[in-house]
Amino acid sequence: MELIALLGLPLLGGAALALWGASARAAELNALFSLVTFLAGCALTARVILGGPLVIGNEQFFVDAFNVFLVALTSLVGFTTALFSRPYMRIETDRGHLTPGRLRLYHSMYQLFMFTMLLALTTNNMGILWVALEAATLTTVLLVSLYRTAASLEAAWKYFILCGVGIAQALFGTILLYFAAERLLGASGGALLWTHLDAVKGQLEPTVLAIAFVFLLVGYGTKVGLVPLHNWLPDAHAEGPTPVSAVLSGLLLNVALYAVVRCKILVAGALHSDLPGRMLMGFGLLSVLVAAFFLWRQRDVKRLFAYSSIEHMGIITFAFGMGGPVANFAALLHMTVHSLTKSAIFFAVGHATQLARTQRMEDIRGLLLRSPTIGWGLMVGTLAILGMPPFGVFASEFLILTTAMREQPWATPILLLALGVAFGAIFRRVQPMVFGEPHSLPLPHSPALLPVFAHLLLVLMLGLGLYIPGQLAAWFRVAAGLIG
Amino acid sequence: MNDVPLAMQLVELLASLLLLLSFAMLAQRRIASLVNLFALQGAVLAASTVAVAASAGLHHLYYSAALTLVLKVVLLPWFLHRLIVRLGLQWDTETLVAIPLQMLAGLGLVIFAFGLAQPISQFGHQITRETLGIAIAMVLLSLLMMIGRRKAVSQVVGFLALENGMVFAATTATQGMPMVVEFGIALDVLVGAVILGVFFFQIREQFDSLELRHLETLKED
Repeated sequence: MELIALLGLPLLGGAALALWGASARAAELNALFSLVTFLAGCALTARVILGGPLVIGNEQFFVDAFNVFLVALTSLVGFTTALFSRPYMRIETDRGHLTPGRLRLYHSMYQLFMFTMLLALTTNNMGILWVALEAATLTTVLLVSLYRTAASLEAAWKYFILCGVGIAQALFGTILLYFAAERLLGASGGALLWTHLDAVKGQLEPTVLAIAFVFLLVGYGTKVGLVPLHNWLPDAHAEGPTPVSAVLSGLLLNVALYAVVRCKILVAGALHSDLPGRMLMGFGLLSVLVAAFFLWRQRDVKRLFAYSSIEHMGIITFAFGMGGPVANFAALLHMTVHSLTKSAIFFAVGHATQLARTQRMEDIRGLLLRSPTIGWGLMVGTLAILGMPPFGVFASEFLILTTAMREQPWATPILLLALGVAFGAIFRRVQPMVFGEPHSLPLPHSPALLPVFAHLLLVLMLGLGLYIPGQLAAWFRVAAGLIG
Repeated sequence: MNDVPLAMQLVELLASLLLLLSFAMLAQRRIASLVNLFALQGAVLAASTVAVAASAGLHHLYYSAALTLVLKVVLLPWFLHRLIVRLGLQWDTETLVAIPLQMLAGLGLVIFAFGLAQPISQFGHQITRETLGIAIAMVLLSLLMMIGRRKAVSQVVGFLALENGMVFAATTATQGMPMVVEFGIALDVLVGAVILGVFFFQIREQFDSLELRHLETLKED
């Protein structure tokens, strides 16, 4: 029941907003649909936490502690981003960047994107997982090119071709997975269901699974933004509207990584070796390192934080690669806090760029004097994402580093170096943006500050350990145990 | 080879035809002819799906073949031709550099594909042995074609040909994915093609041409 609401509402919202997406109340309608979806997500979460994993809908849907926490996170960020997009898109429309038709497209695609994300998370069928992730690209590609500028068209084309070709590799991996599973489970259709695959993973043919994993990792890894498959990511983040950047960073990357982890569980079980884990560690470290150094060269504020997303996805991938209860726990925590913090930063950045009317960091100055709340939002968000102590990113990075010291000591200096480089690169850019001398006019609509500070507050609570000892820790621990 | 059933020989014949068509597409300069080759590839793909269905007695593959026929032979080529006419590209040709070199690279990819397929196909059914290598080769050749093209429309045909390779792998290696997945994939391909169609007009409106060199300005600064 909750699941029907969770998937049906955004689908209905997509249809409704395709009709009324350009009306005066469309932004409120968008937020309302996202709110009800979030409530459905909460209900589903409560049910799974209290009653254990669910397999429903003729075994086509599967919800356990691992994906339900992502469902809750995805629907929450979906809702807060809808709140943020209300004043943001209104200002963009007032300034003539958008026509009513494009606004309608935006609202409708926003809801359909939420649908694909939630479908990818809850489906039990590895084939449908692929279909949903490909559909996620399709729903966002026209959002990246929403402004129809030369740069945004190029970014969208790159996004489409790179992610399309990338994810086609994942389809081939899925075909190989089916090929291996069919011999054990028969062709009746059960051979692509994750629960069935998980039950027989020890007997799947190791050679085929190893080759399949390479394709799956390259395919879904393109969407995670792992280096060297990350080229689309900074362009798509920088050229699309900021709410789209927020959901790309906060949701899409997480869900793609979720797909990689689901595949890793199967392949690690079949191979009886650590090969998938080592591949994840390698890709993860490379991403952290390359992204950290690219951060120094950025001039565009949204590109800067896009590279920061690549860096954090690298850290999470590395942690999942190490495996074991502590590293998985830390990876899940990092996924949560990164998603919340990064979307909060994009909310603040969105209003900051509207205030300064540019994305060039050299031209954004003195946010604190111009609009103290945006300035503090950006500053606090930046400190949080850089892993400063009271925030959640500190807690998860600390856990990941200490686990790395114990289990993979060779990787620790690389991680520390990258984190240090990233810290310097981001801080030296954000500091003058917040504290310098201002030269811009106030915004015509009051900015959406509730989402920024709500996210930062959540991240703060996670970091201070106010929440961790309670329900959430037990929940994360169960999820970490599932990943193995 | 005498003890191989007729249907299977037919599948192998069609598989080699598919590979031949992949090479033909690699060398085709005219965009409208490229779309025709793509339609032909779709028809051969549908025929091979029917042959597999007949030889293995799998009824759901007939639906899959029908889906391929409708989507890849009728709908998409019709849509692409319409697009070409509307964009005025009927007589447009590409200046492909070094076709012989591309052919040689293609040959190398085919050898690589067969090498990659070897460890996998030994676990498969009888049909799988030769055809999985061809399916992988089709995928790799489509990628090569996408790299070599400078026009948006032909890159998209390359993308669709890549998807053909996937479908061929799925029908011969695993005798078809579950129907719900096949429908999902077909839906994605169709929606993707329509979105790209919209996209072409946006690109042309902005740049007055569909040359991809206009889309190479975003660099790291």
